[in-house]
Amino acid sequence: MKWLWRCMLVLALVVVALLAWWFFRSPSAQTGASQISATDAAALRDPALIERGAYLATVGDCASCHTRQGGARYAGGRMLPTPFGSIPSPNLTPDPATGLGNWNFEEFWHALHSGVGRDGKLLYPAFSYTSFTKTSRDDARAIFAYLRSLQPIHQPPSESGLAFPYDQRKSLIAWRALYFKEGEYKPDPARSAEWNRGAYLVQGLGHCNECHIARDALGGMSDSHSLTGGRIPAQDWYAPDLSMQKNGGLQGWSAQDVFDLLKTGQSAKGTAFGPMAEEVTQSTQHLQDDDLRAIASYLQSLPPRPPVRQEASAIDVTAIIGQGAKVYEKNCADCHGMDGNGIAGVYPPLNGNSSVVEPTGINATRMVLLGGFAPLTAGNPRPYSMPPFAQQLGDADVAAVVTYIRQAWENKAPPVQERDVGKGRNTPID
Amino acid sequence: MPEQATRGPFGLRLARHGYLPALAAIFFLLMPFAHAVDAPAKPVPDTLQQRVAACTACHGAHGEGTPQSGFFPRLAGKPADYLTRQLGYFQQGLRKYTPMEYVVRGMSPAYLQEMAGYFAAQSVPYQRFPTPPVSAALLQRGETLATHGDAARDIPACQSCHGTQFTGVQPSIPGLLGLPYDYLSSQLGSWRTGTRAMAAPDCMAQVANRLDAADITAVSAWLATRELPADMHAQLAGSVTPALRCSVLETNAPQATMPSGDGA
Repeated sequence: MKWLWRCMLVLALVVVALLAWWFFRSPSAQTGASQISATDAAALRDPALIERGAYLATVGDCASCHTRQGGARYAGGRMLPTPFGSIPSPNLTPDPATGLGNWNFEEFWHALHSGVGRDGKLLYPAFSYTSFTKTSRDDARAIFAYLRSLQPIHQPPSESGLAFPYDQRKSLIAWRALYFKEGEYKPDPARSAEWNRGAYLVQGLGHCNECHIARDALGGMSDSHSLTGGRIPAQDWYAPDLSMQKNGGLQGWSAQDVFDLLKTGQSAKGTAFGPMAEEVTQSTQHLQDDDLRAIASYLQSLPPRPPVRQEASAIDVTAIIGQGAKVYEKNCADCHGMDGNGIAGVYPPLNGNSSVVEPTGINATRMVLLGGFAPLTAGNPRPYSMPPFAQQLGDADVAAVVTYIRQAWENKAPPVQERDVGKGRNTPID
Repeated sequence: MPEQATRGPFGLRLARHGYLPALAAIFFLLMPFAHAVDAPAKPVPDTLQQRVAACTACHGAHGEGTPQSGFFPRLAGKPADYLTRQLGYFQQGLRKYTPMEYVVRGMSPAYLQEMAGYFAAQSVPYQRFPTPPVSAALLQRGETLATHGDAARDIPACQSCHGTQFTGVQPSIPGLLGLPYDYLSSQLGSWRTGTRAMAAPDCMAQVANRLDAADITAVSAWLATRELPADMHAQLAGSVTPALRCSVLETNAPQATMPSGDGA
């Protein structure tokens, strides 16, 4: 029987060796000619193609991540916060040394579609190729043409803030195997063209799911939770569930409300703030009306959600709510009304507001602390604003007033603890 | 004689007073509806003051700054172009203060300019703030720096740019009087640590880096204790010949990051 054991051992070693080879092989299967051919370069200079690419780059909000504060647009350098460390965005301008100047379309496609960089290195999914993979090749080509038309900016990459082991790109092999499904969007023939357009934009370039989903400890997400809302890691805002049906985060919203929020930054149901405000200002307000309607139509089709089980609170919040009501009457009621319905077109309602009743309470807490302007858009060029209360209210008062608005009127959301407010004060704004 | 009954509209039996009470009743019944349609309970004033509540929560409704401490600085009466530039600098991260960076994010240059104009146009009395006890010798040193500078160390007098009365110069050089000691000294310190800057060439960064800690105490204390002139307005544009090249003295329009799409 000894020979059998030897055979098994050899077999096991071969398997291990094969696995090791598979895991650690260089993923750069293709390293073709990297220079752009003359005919390709000429085709990429087509003004109509560039214009379409500019629009699509706006839909994808590429500039938001690929521009640092006060920096040249698309030249990169913004540090994207993740729980594993900050990752700098690269330079997308056609500078040969520091940007995409020497890239050809196949390399760009490989990055956008497969999440693999020019030298074969695996890209961190802070770059949302998990969504962008759904983008069509034609659209990707238009975006590439647009990026090539930009003024080249020489801006070397910033240093990564990732710690070991996350700075090891090989570790992404496992991550990708778990969470990355490569593939262009496949239209659903049973649905309308409008619905398919909306699905394509939401799932692909719009990369809505990158925020509006719960992530696990490894920063991964599963299809079954698509657009069901989640806490944005590191940034610490809650991106609400986007279902407009029963028990959905946007229950009670009409297609027009979705359209209005994306177009102007505010709707009858609420106002965008935090990362969504930037999204509206930089991206969605510039979308064509048809595309916005398509997005609303797709969101309307998201299924109803199971009812949230109301767990009995372990603490008696009667006194806290009483205190919160006083804080509310003094500081909030002038604008948001004693009835919590706000003032149409100016101040958002808090009653039934998806960001007030989201599961964590972090949004309302941070809004009370930070205040700020409604998104500035062409439809709202001189927005009204909310005062920050960070310097005026202590943690106990903030917790009380947030708990109050989460349980007043028709709202039924769990209370917020005083200690969570303190955390909110120290959260970076980016 | 029995009361003469009359029939009103909808067949209502009316007393001899006829239609009048009925009309009055109908009028009062309809009042609440008319009220609800015509005038909401409390209309939101369409004023800039109302719009910029996020600013006035700290800086005061008229930009008067925090009473007593002056922690949130006074904005009232500062040159409009100066304020516009500062808002742009917060947007670009040249000036670092998280709440300010958050609040100006995504605002357009036009709107920032309008806000700056609002605070520049406010006129409220200046407050006096407590100053730390400093020696007469140190105050003297402050006065010398402010009025003559220190040629040996290439430090220009404050006066040479900020105006003969230290009340600033239009359109973009701020006044230095009526500000608390803490504010003045912390601004000079911020220029040294890089948490406050302006577009290059940044003359104040040069000046602040030539000052030592005692200079900063001296000049801030002297400015903070100085009596205020009757006219606190900034001097006319072009009335000083600055000693250093500085972006605020150049005529290009204030820079702000305009959030704009690419294709729309």
